[in-house]
Amino acid sequence: MNMQIHIPTPLRTYTKKNIVDARGATLTELFADLDRQFPGIRFRVINEQDEIREHLKIFVNQNNVADLRAPLQENDRVHIIAAISGG
Amino acid sequence: MAKANSGAVILLIGTRKGAFIVKSDTARRQWKISDSMMIGAVVNDMCQDHRGNRKTILMCARTGHLGPTIFRSTDGGKKWNEATKPPAFPKAPEGEKGISVHHNFFITPAHASEPGVWYVGTSPQGLFRSEDDGASWSPVSGFNDHPRFKEWWNPPDEGPPDGPTLHSIMIDPRDAKHMYLCLSGGGVFESRDKGNDWYPLNKGLVSDFLTDPTAEVGHDPHLMRMHPENPERLYQQNHCGVYRMDRARAEWVDIGNNLPAPYSDHSYPIVLHPRDPETVWIFPLDGSFPLGRVSPNGKPAAFVSRNAGKTWKKLAKGFPSAHAYFSVKRQAMDTDAHNPVGVYLGTTGGEIWASRDEGEAWSRVTTSLPEIYSVRAA
Repeated sequence: MNMQIHIPTPLRTYTKKNIVDARGATLTELFADLDRQFPGIRFRVINEQDEIREHLKIFVNQNNVADLRAPLQENDRVHIIAAISGG
Repeated sequence: MAKANSGAVILLIGTRKGAFIVKSDTARRQWKISDSMMIGAVVNDMCQDHRGNRKTILMCARTGHLGPTIFRSTDGGKKWNEATKPPAFPKAPEGEKGISVHHNFFITPAHASEPGVWYVGTSPQGLFRSEDDGASWSPVSGFNDHPRFKEWWNPPDEGPPDGPTLHSIMIDPRDAKHMYLCLSGGGVFESRDKGNDWYPLNKGLVSDFLTDPTAEVGHDPHLMRMHPENPERLYQQNHCGVYRMDRARAEWVDIGNNLPAPYSDHSYPIVLHPRDPETVWIFPLDGSFPLGRVSPNGKPAAFVSRNAGKTWKKLAKGFPSAHAYFSVKRQAMDTDAHNPVGVYLGTTGGEIWASRDEGEAWSRVTTSLPEIYSVRAA
């Protein structure tokens, strides 16, 4: 499945763009493809226990999805959202 | 005895908002600060390889809400590349809850006989090793999966606000297999087989916050140092005092209970003379309730002992004499290898202070960096 991934500012050091294309039937596969294209990006979003890191969210067609096994459809729009809190 | 260095000194500075390199002139009087590196990243430690002619600098960084990583430079900090496989705990079996590295905390090159090998300590507490100059990292199972590990460690949801840490990884220069490390809230641990097995080394420590103050584990070393020219000599700044061990005796001796009031034996950093194992510096903080951890009464002072802790001398010339509430984190103080030895510290207020005469007089190098987490003389 091909889809567009919206990349938050903190991750654009990897992608150099705010929207990239990636493939995958699930979020797991999608992030594997993203990591293939942009090595290292997956670990910044998903930890070694396959959990989405705190303060990061993944939205699929504007629905917050926490399960990486979630299926994806062709042309789904995926947003990686990073909290803007800090200080 | 190693020969003293001369010439310019380079300080690697890790801060809450990025990293900096600060370089002196040959007289160690004038200092220049680099542009910021990794601005916005939490940089807990930054260390240059001191083995041979190697130039690699590794940086422990955590960028905003993104996961922790290690950055590498081989050109003195001009260009940085990220580790391809940062330190990460193994994935837990299905149905079990695993842990994930929150931040990399203390980084060090391995023994001189192992060029390209490094160790890092993390929070939650874990030990990791790289064999390719920091590009990829693997857990040291001998420690992280030790049968007694869960007796020793501070669980991730306990300990200090930033999380419990593994720090003070020390490699015996005489033997690549001989190592020490510290766990905050756990104690000192030793290995003689390159990390395959470990045992506590806490005899002599007295921690009044424990139900058994002399327990085998559970102590809180803030930082430990091994003297490079006499590796049998160890020093430790503990939550509950300053200690020295001569390894053959295998017992820590309290050397901090004779500091003059209002200065106490509560501190974080401890640094050593590069050639004289009898000389050590500390920077006492207010350890009274509720643990202010600032310079007592607003009067910053370092202290030096030149007789392994029997007596201490106050070193405050050049520091403000009032209303100066310095805090210095455990990794934010270091010495160079010149003669006389330069001593350097960085405060949580973003100031770097330098002494070119072993602490007799201090001058401020910079005033407005972010909160300083680490200072290393490269």
